[in-house]
Amino acid sequence: MEKSKKMRQIAIYGKGGIGKSTTTQNTVAGLASLGKKVMIIGCDPKADSTRLILHAKAQETVMDKVRELGTVEDLELEDVLKWGYGDVKCVESGGPEPGVGCAGRGVITAINFLEEEGAYTEDLDFVFYDVLGDVVCGGFAMPIRENKAEEIYIVVSGEMMAMYAANNISKGILKYSSSGNVRLAGLICNSRNTDCEAELIEALAAKLGTQMIHFVPRDNQVQRAELRRMTVIEYSPEHKQAQEYRELARKIDENKLFVVPTPLEMEELEELLMEFGIMEVDDEENVGKAENA
Amino acid sequence: MAERKPVKGVTIESTEKLIAETLAEMPEKAAKKRAPHLGANEPTVSSCAVKSNKKVVPGVMSQRGCAYAGAKGVVWGPIRDMVHVSHGPIGCGVYSWGTRRNLMQGIPGVTSFPMDFTSDFQERDIVYGGDQKLEKLLREADELFPLNKGMSILSECPVGLIGDDINATAKKMEKELDKLVVPCNCEGFRGVSQSLGHHISNDSIRDHIIGKYEFTEKAGPYDVALIGDYNIGGDVWAAKPILEEIGLNVKSVWTGDGEVEKIAATHTVKLNLIHCYRSMNYMCKVMEEKWGIPWLEYNFFGPTKIEESLRAIGELFDDKIKKNVEKVIKKYRKEMDGVIAQYKPRLDGKTAMLFVGGLRPRHTIGAYEDLGIQITGAGYEFAHQDDYDRTAPEMAKGTLIYDDVSEFELDKFVEELKPDLVGSGIKEKYVFQKAGIPFRQMHSWDYSGPYHGYEGFKIFARDIDMAINSPTWGLVKSPF
Repeated sequence: MEKSKKMRQIAIYGKGGIGKSTTTQNTVAGLASLGKKVMIIGCDPKADSTRLILHAKAQETVMDKVRELGTVEDLELEDVLKWGYGDVKCVESGGPEPGVGCAGRGVITAINFLEEEGAYTEDLDFVFYDVLGDVVCGGFAMPIRENKAEEIYIVVSGEMMAMYAANNISKGILKYSSSGNVRLAGLICNSRNTDCEAELIEALAAKLGTQMIHFVPRDNQVQRAELRRMTVIEYSPEHKQAQEYRELARKIDENKLFVVPTPLEMEELEELLMEFGIMEVDDEENVGKAENA
Repeated sequence: MAERKPVKGVTIESTEKLIAETLAEMPEKAAKKRAPHLGANEPTVSSCAVKSNKKVVPGVMSQRGCAYAGAKGVVWGPIRDMVHVSHGPIGCGVYSWGTRRNLMQGIPGVTSFPMDFTSDFQERDIVYGGDQKLEKLLREADELFPLNKGMSILSECPVGLIGDDINATAKKMEKELDKLVVPCNCEGFRGVSQSLGHHISNDSIRDHIIGKYEFTEKAGPYDVALIGDYNIGGDVWAAKPILEEIGLNVKSVWTGDGEVEKIAATHTVKLNLIHCYRSMNYMCKVMEEKWGIPWLEYNFFGPTKIEESLRAIGELFDDKIKKNVEKVIKKYRKEMDGVIAQYKPRLDGKTAMLFVGGLRPRHTIGAYEDLGIQITGAGYEFAHQDDYDRTAPEMAKGTLIYDDVSEFELDKFVEELKPDLVGSGIKEKYVFQKAGIPFRQMHSWDYSGPYHGYEGFKIFARDIDMAINSPTWGLVKSPF
């Protein structure tokens, strides 16, 4: 007999442009193809967290609707909750154009609204929060507050800035893990074909006290599927890339390794990069000197 | 209950005409939005009640407050043995400092804390977050006032904007200080009025307070709690003794002159008696669902309603209480008749219009009627549909109902209906008094009170007579 199941809430963080939304949607499609009930909550004003599941340009967001109606109290759940591939529930928090207003509050408003309106139904196995690049203010930490996501996956690649971001996000998780049950559940390497990428991310994962849960190779099939606003899982279920995402989905489903991360100091991180030859061991006196000087 | 006799000169047709004339003065869009909020009363058809709990129409002058005001000013402020922290920039805390006249016993700083605690946000708190400052504040306040029984953290707008997690801070500090630390996410920009602040506060009580304590004395069959009386001008002190006189044991009061540990133990009472339905019905429903505690709305304004309410309360208890109810009614009847005999001849046939928060317009009608005054118009700042449903049967047919009335509309209505008294808030008071119209400030009892209970009615009657029959109004001459 299975025990009464508990909804697992998962937040996906990572550097901007690393492929969080694509990875999240393909993974969710993978989970859905395994028969899991999933909801995705996009927590990014760009609102591109559900387009591959819904085959839509952009879903109407909670904040769009609030702006139209004037107050959040007049909003109904069915106005903003859509069903997509594999019966995945989709919501986008939405928010302002870059440079105006407060996107972080948009995330808080949207999640409060979903809680009050009962979007978190008991039949759900997973809730995924696809969160904007870096944690820029308290609003973007809303998905990892108490009673929300307790598992965090960071999407990363072998590029230096992506690893910096992953380390920074771990610092955020460390802060929240002291007051709640938030844990780092793993790094997802979304390959950029850099040198010794898998080994490097595995080494970073080890330093952070976690694991590289999966290495997702680079494959243009993802882009071909995206042009049709589809996940690879749906576009070409037999393709080897679809198999990779199903594998990632299975590993997440079976994952038991949840840790309080041990973020690195800047020097430690640079040493790691040097060790793998990403950064050159340089004389102090060369710092700031142009190539031909 | 018998329908009210019609007010002379007020019919559905005349009221609808007045509403149409008033709306005609507004821009088309505003008129369209305001129209459903105004109506002529149909006592038997509550579904005809006006639209309510909607966003204010931009451009009009509204009397509403914000969610923070509803939380700090109404629900939390009156709890006397807690430190209430206004978390954010200085203004909200300072301007809500003791302004609702919710009286309390105790020695300030020792057993009561009617002072202003605020985290006084600066630029750096916005940029770096205010969690650490809040922790420090709570620690220092607890060190300076160690006899406090708990602390509430009331979020002001910026805290919600930068996304500080006061819930996590509260949880941590509750452990560290070993006393109740209650977060309340009542940022002012949430909701359309102070009403959401009441609801959020009720939710905070549900999530962080109720059930955490037990009463020290043993439970008994007559244990009740008094819900939604905020002790304005001493109302609780006039209402509670009546309940005790009929043999009930009032174990806690929410939240006038309130004590948080008793509030936390309220889940063990036998009955919740609710005065202000609008601001506290949420917790009555929670206690009913979770602990099976029934609740009853009662009204202690004026002898007619007091007697009605006491008998309704008696019905829920045994013969001993029922007998006591009749004894108490008889005991005060003579005194009340005396009050009526003194004031009714001076007030009979007068009319009044009311516009207050979410309860008093309908609750005070009986007290006015005991003095012979008819109500020609009533409305609320932040009431909901269920409040208007409860109002319709208390008003005569054709009388005017107005929701979230604007200054312009109220001016116009008063000008046309020419009441002998207007009962409303501080923002309206001087407008009408300057127009030579008697006025009572009905949020704070105009620095008077109590108005609840038998004792309160004596004061109410005196104050209303003083307002309406003051010779001052005859001396006000228009310079135009």
